[in-house]
Parts: sequence; C-alpha cells; structure tokens
Amino acid sequence: MAEAESMDPAIGLQDVHVRYPNAHLQFDCTIRRGEIAAIVGASGSGKSTLFNVIAGFETQDEGRVDIFGKDVAHVEPSERPVSVIFQDHNLFSHLDVATNIGLGIDPALRLGVKERGKIAGSMMRVGLEGFGRRLPPTLSGGERQRVALARALVRRKPILLLDEPFAALDPGLRAGMSQLLLDLHEEEGNTILIITHHPDDLRRLADSVVFLDGGRIVAHQPTAEFLARRDNPAINAFLGN
Amino acid sequence: MRGIERRLTLSAGAFCLVGILLFVALAAGALATFDQPGVATTLSFDAYIWRVTRFTLLQAILSTGLSVLFAIPVALALGRQARFPGRVWVVRLMALPLGLPALVAALGLIGIWGRQGVLNGGLSWLGLEQPVSIYGLSGILLAHVFFNMPLAVRLMLTGLERIPGEYWLVGANLGMRPWSTFRFIEWPVIRGLLPGIASLVFMLCATSFTLVLTLGGGPAASTIEVAIYQALRFDFDPPRAIALSLLQIAITGLLLLALRWLAPPSADGPTSGRKARRFDGRRGLGWIGDFAVIGLAAVFTMLPLGAVVVSGLMADLSGLVRDPMVHRGLATSLAIAVCSAVLCVAGTAAMIRARQMALAPRRPHAVARGLAASVSASTSLVLLVPPVVLGSGWFLLLRPFGDVSRFAPVLVILINVLMALPFVYRVLKPAMETHWQRTARLSASLGLGGWNRWRAIDWPGLRKPILMAMSFAAALSLGDLGAVALFGSQDMVTLPWLLYGRMGSYRSTDAAGLALFLGLVCLALTIFGTAAQTRERGNEDSDGRS
Repeated sequence: MAEAESMDPAIGLQDVHVRYPNAHLQFDCTIRRGEIAAIVGASGSGKSTLFNVIAGFETQDEGRVDIFGKDVAHVEPSERPVSVIFQDHNLFSHLDVATNIGLGIDPALRLGVKERGKIAGSMMRVGLEGFGRRLPPTLSGGERQRVALARALVRRKPILLLDEPFAALDPGLRAGMSQLLLDLHEEEGNTILIITHHPDDLRRLADSVVFLDGGRIVAHQPTAEFLARRDNPAINAFLGN
Repeated sequence: MRGIERRLTLSAGAFCLVGILLFVALAAGALATFDQPGVATTLSFDAYIWRVTRFTLLQAILSTGLSVLFAIPVALALGRQARFPGRVWVVRLMALPLGLPALVAALGLIGIWGRQGVLNGGLSWLGLEQPVSIYGLSGILLAHVFFNMPLAVRLMLTGLERIPGEYWLVGANLGMRPWSTFRFIEWPVIRGLLPGIASLVFMLCATSFTLVLTLGGGPAASTIEVAIYQALRFDFDPPRAIALSLLQIAITGLLLLALRWLAPPSADGPTSGRKARRFDGRRGLGWIGDFAVIGLAAVFTMLPLGAVVVSGLMADLSGLVRDPMVHRGLATSLAIAVCSAVLCVAGTAAMIRARQMALAPRRPHAVARGLAASVSASTSLVLLVPPVVLGSGWFLLLRPFGDVSRFAPVLVILINVLMALPFVYRVLKPAMETHWQRTARLSASLGLGGWNRWRAIDWPGLRKPILMAMSFAAALSLGDLGAVALFGSQDMVTLPWLLYGRMGSYRSTDAAGLALFLGLVCLALTIFGTAAQTRERGNEDSDGRS
C-alpha cells in the first residue's frame, strides 16, 4: 500500500468517555488506514466497550469518534464503514451458509445472479466451496468463523472489527484462520482491529497493539516494541513476563 | 451419604409418589367402576355431552387464537423497546393476571365490560343501544384473553430475550430494516415457541372452570368441567358426570401428548450472557406503533384490576372486616393455603431428592429409573385428571360413608396440593439439581449430613426457590374455587366460595370488597415469591462493562 495512504488515520478517538454505574472508561488513540491493531487487556479493562464505540453499538458520553475523518456520533451501526465478527453467534442458525452470507449483500435478501456469484466467490476465498446449503450447527467452529469472514468480504467495508474471533478454536485452526485473515488483508488492504487474549495472535497478526488497563489505553505502539516492554506490571502480567 | 439417610430419602420420595398415584387412581377407579342400584350406569354420550364438548373445544380454539394473535405484537414491541422508564412495571403487569384468582379477575372484567360496566356506560352515553355482553362466549373469550395474552407475551418475550445479543448487533451492522429483522431474527424464534405456547394456552382454556362458571351465563355456554360440576352438584347425575370426566381425561390426555410433541426443547445454544442491545424501533412510526401496542395491552390488563380496586374500596370494608362469615372464610382459606403449600413443597422436595438419589449411580437400577420417571410424570397428573374430575371421583367414593362435606377440608387440601404440583416442581427441580451438583461432593467430603447439612448448606442455598414455590402454591390454593365448589357447604366456607356466593345472591358490593381483599393477599404472595428472583436479576444487570 502507498506510504501516504498508510499514514491516513482510519479511526480516531479523541477524549472519548463512557460511563457505567460502576466504571468510567476513557479512550484516546488513532488507528492508521490499512493497519492491523490488536486490542488487548485483562477482562473488564474496556476492550469490548472500545469495540462497541467504534462499531456504533455503544454511544460515548463525551468526546469524538472519527472514521476516515468523519465524526460518526450520529451514524447508525449499519451506515458506518465497518464489518464486525464476534467470538460466536455470528450466523443465524436457521439460515444456511449462502443465505447468511447473502444478508451481507442485501439484508432483505433480494439476490440476483450477480449477487449469488459474489456469494460463491466469497465462499471460495475462505475455502468453503460447496458449503452453501449447510446450516451453521453442522459446521465446525472454524468453518463458522470462515462464513462470518466471507460475509464481511461481500460487504466490502474498509474496516473489520473482530471480537475474539479465534477464542473458541484450537491452536491449529487459530493459525489457519490468522493466515486467512492476513491473506485477505493483503488483498483488500483494509484496516483491522482485533480483540484478543493471546500474545501469539499479536506476533502473528498485529502491526500495533492497543493495551487497556482499568478502562484506559495505557499503551499503543508497534507490536515488537510492545512485546519487548518490561516496565508496566499489567503488561508484564498479560505477556507472562 | 450414609446408608440410613439414603434409605430414608428414597422412602420419603416413594411414599409421596405412591400417595399421589393412589389419590388419583382411586378417584379415577371410582368413576370407572361406579355402580349403584337405582342409578343408571350406562355411559350415555348424548347430544348434550357432544354440544358441551363442541363448545369446550370451540371456546378453547378461539381463546387460544386471540390470545396468541394479540400477544405477538405486544411481545415484539416490548422486545424492541428494551429500555424505557416503566418497562419493568409493564412486564410485571403482564404477570399479574396469573397471580390473581380467576373469580376476582372475573369481577374486574364485569366492572369494565359488564352491563353496568365502564365500557357499556360510555357506549350508552354516546347513544349506542347495543351493549357489549360479558356473558356467554364473548365473555369467556374476553376473560381467557385477559389471562392468557399476558402469559403468552411473557413466554414470547423470554424467547426473544434469549436470542443471542450478537444477532441484534449483526442485524444492526448489516442494516436490517424492520421486516428483515422480523423475518430473519424474531419470527424464527416466535415460530418455534408458538406450538408450545398455543398448546399451553389451549390446555388452560379447555380446562377452565371458574371463568366459565362465572361468565358462561347458562347451559348454552358450558364447558366439560362446568358440566361435570353441574351434573354432580345440581342434577346429581353420576353417569353423566362419569361420561364427561372420561371425555375430559381423553381430551386432556391427547392435549398433553400434543404438548409434548409440539414443544421440543430449544435447540439454540446459550447466549453470551451479555445484556442485549437493540438498534431498531428507536424513532419514527415504528417507535410510535410500539408504544401504542404496549399502551393498549397495558390498559387492557390494568382496567379490570383497577375496577377491582375501585369497586372494592367503595364497598363497606369495615362491615366486611367485622363479618363473622368473612372471618371464618379467611381462617379456612388461610389454613387450607398454608397446609397445601407446606405439604406440596415438602412432598415435591422429597420426590425430587429421591429422584436425584435414584439416578446418582453411574448405571442406575431399572427400579430406580422407573422411580425417577414416575416422579416426573406424577407431577403433571393433575393436568391429565383436572381438579373437578378428581373431586367427582372422590365424591362418589366417599358417598357411602355419609355426608361428603365432612371430608371436605382434607380433600380440598389434597386437590390443591396436586394443582400446585406442576408449578412447584418446575421451580424446585432446577434449583435443587444445581444446588446438589454444587454442594454434594464438598458436603460428603466434610461429612455433612442430615440436619447439619440442611441447616448449614441446603436451607441457605434453597431458601429462595422454596419460599417462591411456597408462595405460589399458597396463592393458587387461596384463590381456588374449583376444588371447593364440589365440597363447599355451610361448614366449609372459603373466601372464594363466599365471594362466589355473594356474587350469586346479588350482594355485589360485598363481593367487590371480598375480591379486593382476596386479590391483594394473592398478589402479595406472588410478589413475595418473585421478589428475591427479581433482586438477583437486578444485581446481574448493574455492570455493563466488559
């Protein structure tokens, strides 16, 4: 990707505050276009809230969230240039694989020949040719996540948010899914934010790491630098140092 | 667990199980083998019986259809509008009719929809002559919708709230419009729940007694249950009561089979446990429509309750408080309710514990498996053999021993125990099983058993579900008219029986005061039972951070 493009901010959070009855979270950070950023931190540190604020599922009490330079405070989740993949329940269990992917093209499922071609193409890209009529409960955890990824591909949104997408997968499948994600990123050049608990995912995937502790971003730096840090007890605890 | 304690637990469970089976079997046997000189014993399924059967099914089908049809938009609207001030009260309001004695609700409905009610008053003020009739089929339908629409709303809402939160997020992220959201997310869940809900409502309407007795208005609008009561109480025609009872058992048996077949356990996995956030119906026509639907449902449910309160407050409450008959009725009702609740909860707990123990070995013995299966089945026996049928059987069985009303208190208590059993079993079983899984090994390793275990481990862990089950059972018993209707006499007066009598003798002011009194006591019991549960749920929701 071009150097100038890579310096463009894709996501900007300026003094964003989110208040709960028992917690107050505050975020400040910028994610560059085309970057793969890992969001890490202990349980309850605010990772999912940060994810929800960017996706539009949560509204901040104060501060500004910009996506590609535009304030998205009043932009509905579906209008944001963002696709999301969760740890589980990404697929409607009563709809087959092709229909689940088709919802990414048209939520009313008005699908013509061209759209069906797109669905078949996306299934091929994630290695699920011939799975179109299968129902989600008949798929393995890894296959289900591939279907979710295929749906994100047909949506062609420039930002992909992943909330612990590999958490339920065994190490072999994790590595396979990570490679698939990297390949797609190489082809699409999209910006990816991924919540994870695994230092291995940082090493394999992430250009940078956003580390949260107690509802604050306490580190945002290139992955290699982050992995080399020994000065913060919370980071040490996360990395197992 | 020590051998003696194990044997005692199994024996106690088996004793309760045998008691229930005997009680039901003797009643059914008495009906099946009734034979007395001078009384024709040929079971005659005459035109009257078929007419009653047709009406029973017709009113149940219409009541079910209307209840479910009205419940769908209300449940969808409440599901969409997950956060608005007062929502919790609307949802609680939907639980109120279930905790209210049918007789009290009937009085409230008459206050709104009756000849002298608010609605007809308004219509005649507008110059309209044709009043809405609360008696006959329309009244029965109205009353059944009043009771069952809120029940269906709650069951559907529970299903909608069980939809994984991620579905709504994915729907919002994909930009689903209301129709797509309904088609792909809501309807599949509702469709899956409909057979079970409809069968349950149909079952409740087909076996409805008090509402039909109060609002039916005569033989033209009589169900099988009411016809059994009339055959025994007024016509003294045991063969007809037997024919009707057998018909009732056949119908409820088929319904129970259908219920089991139509309502398989949910195939959906557990949700992530996060509180679901929804992004549809937040503005525009959808928002207005949702609140219009919720408002209408709330008003429909609230008005009869309000009518009970208003007319009750206008009654001579101080006179009622001084009335010796009311004292007797209250004392009898409370005594029956407390005995029924204690017996029901203790017996159910003993059976559940015996069932757990029977199934505890890795390869349970065939007898143990049989005991466990019988416990589960016996708790639903009252659905198969309804209270009026049970009462009829015992009525015939005890007649040779003289005045049947002498046995009334014991019979009413036992029938009330059976009536509460399905509810109590469903509250206690999951709680006791979870508690047992959590504590069994630790208690055994510490040598805790018997009274020590009960005092230190079981009572603190099971206090809430036990109190909840007990308050439900007591409320059910306190408001029951079905069991007492066959045996009620000058010597055996309960509050609902007194209330029914005063309604029938046109002492409507007294009836209104008694209804308020009875309704308040039952609602207090229901609220007391659910209070702990509500508090726990509230605590779970207080922190949204993840």
